[in-house]
Amino acid sequence: MTAPAEVNLLPDDVELDLRASVRKVLEKHAPVEKLNAMYDGTDDVTAPLWSAFVELGLPGLLVSEDLGGAGASAREAAAVLEELGRAAAPSPFLTSSVVATTVLATLGDTEILPALASGEQTAALLVGAPVGLPADVLLVPDGDALYAVRGATCTPVTSLDMTRPLAEADLDGAERTLLSADARAAVDAGLLAGAGLLAAEQVGVARWALETTIAYLKERRQFGRVVGGFQALKHRLADLYSEVEQADAAARYAAATLAAGDPDAPVAVHVAASYCSEVAVHATEEAVQLHGGIGMTWEHPAHLHLKRAKADALLLGTAESHRAALAVLVDLPAPAAG
Amino acid sequence: MDESELQQRIEALLAEHPPATTDRLDFLHARFDAGLAWVHFPEGLGGLGLSRSMQPVVDKALHKAGAPDNDPQRIGIGLGMAAPTILAFGTDEQKQRYLRPLWCGEEVWCQLFSEPGAGSDLAGLATRAVLDGDTWTVNGQKVWTSSAHIADRAIIVVRTDPDQPKHAGLSYFMLDMHDPGVEVRPLRQITGEAEFNEVFLTDARIPDSDRLGEVGEGWKVANATLSSERVAIGGHAFPREFGMVMNVAKTWRERPELRTPETHERLMRGWVDTEVARITATRLRQKLAAGVPGPEGSAMKLSFAKINQELSGLEVDLLGDEGLRYGDWTMRRPTFVDFFGQDAGFRYLRAKGNSIEGGTSEVLRNVVAERILGLPTEHRVDKDIPWKDLPR
Repeated sequence: MTAPAEVNLLPDDVELDLRASVRKVLEKHAPVEKLNAMYDGTDDVTAPLWSAFVELGLPGLLVSEDLGGAGASAREAAAVLEELGRAAAPSPFLTSSVVATTVLATLGDTEILPALASGEQTAALLVGAPVGLPADVLLVPDGDALYAVRGATCTPVTSLDMTRPLAEADLDGAERTLLSADARAAVDAGLLAGAGLLAAEQVGVARWALETTIAYLKERRQFGRVVGGFQALKHRLADLYSEVEQADAAARYAAATLAAGDPDAPVAVHVAASYCSEVAVHATEEAVQLHGGIGMTWEHPAHLHLKRAKADALLLGTAESHRAALAVLVDLPAPAAG
Repeated sequence: MDESELQQRIEALLAEHPPATTDRLDFLHARFDAGLAWVHFPEGLGGLGLSRSMQPVVDKALHKAGAPDNDPQRIGIGLGMAAPTILAFGTDEQKQRYLRPLWCGEEVWCQLFSEPGAGSDLAGLATRAVLDGDTWTVNGQKVWTSSAHIADRAIIVVRTDPDQPKHAGLSYFMLDMHDPGVEVRPLRQITGEAEFNEVFLTDARIPDSDRLGEVGEGWKVANATLSSERVAIGGHAFPREFGMVMNVAKTWRERPELRTPETHERLMRGWVDTEVARITATRLRQKLAAGVPGPEGSAMKLSFAKINQELSGLEVDLLGDEGLRYGDWTMRRPTFVDFFGQDAGFRYLRAKGNSIEGGTSEVLRNVVAERILGLPTEHRVDKDIPWKDLPR
């Protein structure tokens, strides 16, 4: 078992500034009406939001400066994802700027990364189906090898969470270039970073649900009193607060160990991924329930976050699969089969 | 004083009182008088007015030199609760009289707060003290008192003015546990042990000079005691896989034949919960060090109670038929209880107390909801009524 890392778990000024900038563009470009419209087939969010991200230099956060990136770390990327989760906004940031970028950076790529860093192009790692959109370049594993595929036919699918557009990719006839014959470690690194930072997005989703529910319960009156004063609800919110704070700490630890390249990062990621994904689902389910009827309406944003939380819980490994991976790392093996 | 000056002071103590040839109590007295007992206390009271963070320097150096310690587990209530309260509210005479024997372990302290009729509602307590001349006469009953059977002194909250609303009529004293009006009886728990006691007070006498704070200020002083306890608890770092998960993980690794898919799922959830609590506690310490108040303390206690109960329950299930056995039901009166000690059945039963002692999980959820989340407070119908007029 690796030893816990000594890392700073508190945000610094750079992170706080970044977070504020990202929140501002999300408030401008991803209002609830436009997110709802994505479910009815109109996406007026992804492109303008991505342009705003490009202006802030976010697509290249994890790309080194000599390739046109910002040379920042997983800590800053986690701050961006937490805000994306809070807004339940669509963005190729996770798929392209975190997962695909980490794979390519680990391989030492210098051809594709500059285009990803500038935001001119996006990429996605094809693991299982469907794949996250938009993606100009697909990174396709084949055994130990990894190929860059351009010009694949991507057919959008109707997904549970339409704020993360997905597609079925047909690779027939697409141009395929070998990136590496031995890319397994790079793919694993990309998936590890993705799962660790998805935890930050899940914290953002959960924190939105907690804060929105508390604010509503402080206003909503029934039986002549504010319903947030009923102990049955207070206790549920107290438990939820405790879960969200702990999820936040776990996600920060994962981002900090990834940023430091600490040997404890895999343990930290599987802990954060399994814990935060369940907290996000629980928090959004509580938000729907505790809002009462309004929580079941199309108009109220609770459903956007519920769908995001439920889909996030499947995206880069289920909580159960992360616990299974963790069990191996911490020497608590599953019972022998049979 | 910097660290090298502190080191010099430690070396001087060790040179003048070599641990190998010095009587234990003489050494502890000398350590106290050198200001090396608790360095964050003032000079002349066992400290040097330094930061609490310097204490490990002293403790490590003295441990390395083979010096005796003051058996802190045995005098935990004195160190964690009585001492900070005496320091904050005591007169110079009280500080001089009580702190040295407290720290050296010559006088063991216990805490007399809870009563059969005042648990979560501590401010409703009914033990009465009446002043006659310069001595108070105390009558009533206290409960859940650890160490009462070995204690020499107690910190105690009593009602001195029943005409005031409940919070306003309390005062805080130091009681001589050897007074003939004090009777200590063991309180046997579900584990079979009597870790706690009931304390009956029948015309027990307390000189007014043993009062801490003003008459009627008892609630304020008691809150200072309770927050010192929380500082003492919250200040600990703990390693990975620590606490209740330790024993279960050990059993899991050593006994492959016990493993099942369901217990594996529960184990991994408990392991993750424990690790997440460790990370959260680490962040809380970093916040405190940076001067940012961390409100997670109450929430952390909720988590630990839940984790301890789930994992200790899992351990009994994991053991299968062996879980049907129990170590020993003999009534014992331990002076220190290790939540993680003894066998799985004991741990399971003892952990039930974790969501009750030091604030029930229900009260803590109210605290979190009201003080952190800003939700409406519970109706407090008894808050402005004279205590004597409350229905009971």
